[in-house]
Amino acid sequence: MSAATQSLPQRLRRVRIPIIWWLLLVTFLTAWLLVTLYGRGDFVAPSNLNNIVERATALGIVAVGQTFAILVGSLDLSVAYLISVTAVMASYIMQGDPSRVPLAIAVVAGIGVVVGLVNGLLVTKLRINPLIATLGVGLILRGLLNASFQNFAGSVPRSFQYLAYGSIGPVPVPMLLFAVVVAIAAWILMRTRFGAHVYAVGGDRATARLSGIRSDRIVIGAHVLTSLTAVITGLYLVSRLSSGAPWIGPDGVYDLESIAAVVVGGTVLAGGRGGVLGTVAGVLIFATLDTMFNQLGVDSYLKQVLRGLIIIGAVAVYAYRSKEVVG
Amino acid sequence: MSDARASSAPNPTPVWRSVLNAIGKVGPVFLVLVILIAWITYLNPRFIEPTFFLNFLRRAAPLMILAAGQLFVVVTGGFDLSQGSLVTLTVLAGALLAFGDPGNTWWVIALLYGIGFLVGLFNGSVTSFLRVPSFITTLGMLLSLKGLALLWTGGAPRGALPDNFRAFGRATIDGVPFVGRLPWAVIALVVLSAFFIYLFHFTVLGKHALAVGDNQHAARLAGVRVSLVRISAFVISSLAAVTAGIMLGGFSGVSINVGDGLELESISAVVLGGAALLGGRGNMPAALAGALTLQALFTLLNFLGLPSPIRVTVQGAIIIGAVAYAAWRAVRAGQERGA
Repeated sequence: MSAATQSLPQRLRRVRIPIIWWLLLVTFLTAWLLVTLYGRGDFVAPSNLNNIVERATALGIVAVGQTFAILVGSLDLSVAYLISVTAVMASYIMQGDPSRVPLAIAVVAGIGVVVGLVNGLLVTKLRINPLIATLGVGLILRGLLNASFQNFAGSVPRSFQYLAYGSIGPVPVPMLLFAVVVAIAAWILMRTRFGAHVYAVGGDRATARLSGIRSDRIVIGAHVLTSLTAVITGLYLVSRLSSGAPWIGPDGVYDLESIAAVVVGGTVLAGGRGGVLGTVAGVLIFATLDTMFNQLGVDSYLKQVLRGLIIIGAVAVYAYRSKEVVG
Repeated sequence: MSDARASSAPNPTPVWRSVLNAIGKVGPVFLVLVILIAWITYLNPRFIEPTFFLNFLRRAAPLMILAAGQLFVVVTGGFDLSQGSLVTLTVLAGALLAFGDPGNTWWVIALLYGIGFLVGLFNGSVTSFLRVPSFITTLGMLLSLKGLALLWTGGAPRGALPDNFRAFGRATIDGVPFVGRLPWAVIALVVLSAFFIYLFHFTVLGKHALAVGDNQHAARLAGVRVSLVRISAFVISSLAAVTAGIMLGGFSGVSINVGDGLELESISAVVLGGAALLGGRGNMPAALAGALTLQALFTLLNFLGLPSPIRVTVQGAIIIGAVAYAAWRAVRAGQERGA
């Protein structure tokens, strides 16, 4: 890549600060002000900031993956049930036995790869609209899962709960996990050939193909990455809850909320433009608002009403700035 | 491609091919529907007796009406994900406002349609003027409307739907010749289906909706008022959702998750009926048949005695299969035209 020949300042100038980080800043300051004036607790206390990041972790990891699917011009509605499948299978295989942890992780990672491949193949080889393809795969997973498990199944060993409750020095492990996932994803998108191809395919699939990019493989690869992040979110959730239940994924609305976070983060739903850092900001905005609403004692249903309007409002801000007409 | 065979065969266009062509013209969804109904009838011969079949239609009515509304949005190139939450809001708010008093029914229904109109107006305006993708607009509305319904009722169903409100979903006209009991919902379904087919295929609005979905720049240059068409499509979809909510409240009663997932079922129905997601192609009878097919599929899986989770799996597989088939047909048609 030509980036290697550029000087560091040149490279830094290419990284423009997207508007989403300003939105996050405004949200954060507003939340701080409102909580200080009307709420209880100290909004910027370390424990509270920690709380915001922990809230962001589960949604954030899968939203980072969702960014890949959306960047190539697809999307993934199957993640919510894949999260459930992961959580249930992991705790079912582990049965509280530390020695079975590697096996469980290998199995759920394998399931994730297969689901991602299926999604990708349906979208590329069979040319099924991604909304329908991943909706269908989600329904298949849901049916298989509910046919096999009705309630909490098995449990994870105490040592595995380190993932959700441990800390390395002052840094909580979930925060570290989130940071590592984001770093890897950002590295893939900005520094690898695959990442460049993701943007090319999402920008214009026909042109990408004519330029010699095997666009189908890129789309499939993006779907596999999305599924793998859903698996990581599933593992994190089961570590936190100590046992997996079939309703974990759909209850968190991880499918629609991850898409919302990606789009609020500035990635264009049609693909080709955006990135994981925007998604991180989008997720942090959601988490900041959630924490603010809690500290202000806002009714949980009102919270949901506001969240919906905020999603629309945030996307309206970009759409207003861009000159393009969207469907 | 079949030159060799055609010259040796006594009949150049075999019957099976003309049959296949005919099916290709009316859409494979009707064939699937006939097969499903035949299969259900084989399992339970009483299914096609008028009473049972009308009851089946009654249960299919809300989804068919949702699909008809959804089709307007889909052909303009959008999605309406807020339908299911609007159904929930209709049922919960209807019960709360009417509070079991038949005297309240009419103004409550008028108010519910007013809410539906505003929701559609909002969806359409935000999508048109603020240029937010409809997927996001209506996703936000999905969350907000469900939250609003729960906020309004305090998180659990309150009040009750009066009998004359529930009549739209559950009442029947008795003693009709040949068919016996005729549900109101089926009459409403027939009238509304005719209206939707007229609106979609025989009015300027329908043509313009297709034009907008096919190429909105071309449509605008040709004098189509793109924003007005798009807003109308969302309003129709929302009004359809209120109608479906009134029917569902009638026969399944008041619950907080009455509408969950209906938006995805109606999109699936529309796609089963051959509409192109991202706009430009759609057919109202086929979309209605798509919804009926989905309902027939649920009924069949029920009769087969499959556990309900497996029904969900089969539903997922069939939706994927149907759309894959449609995509394959579209590709083949494109190749034959040399595209």
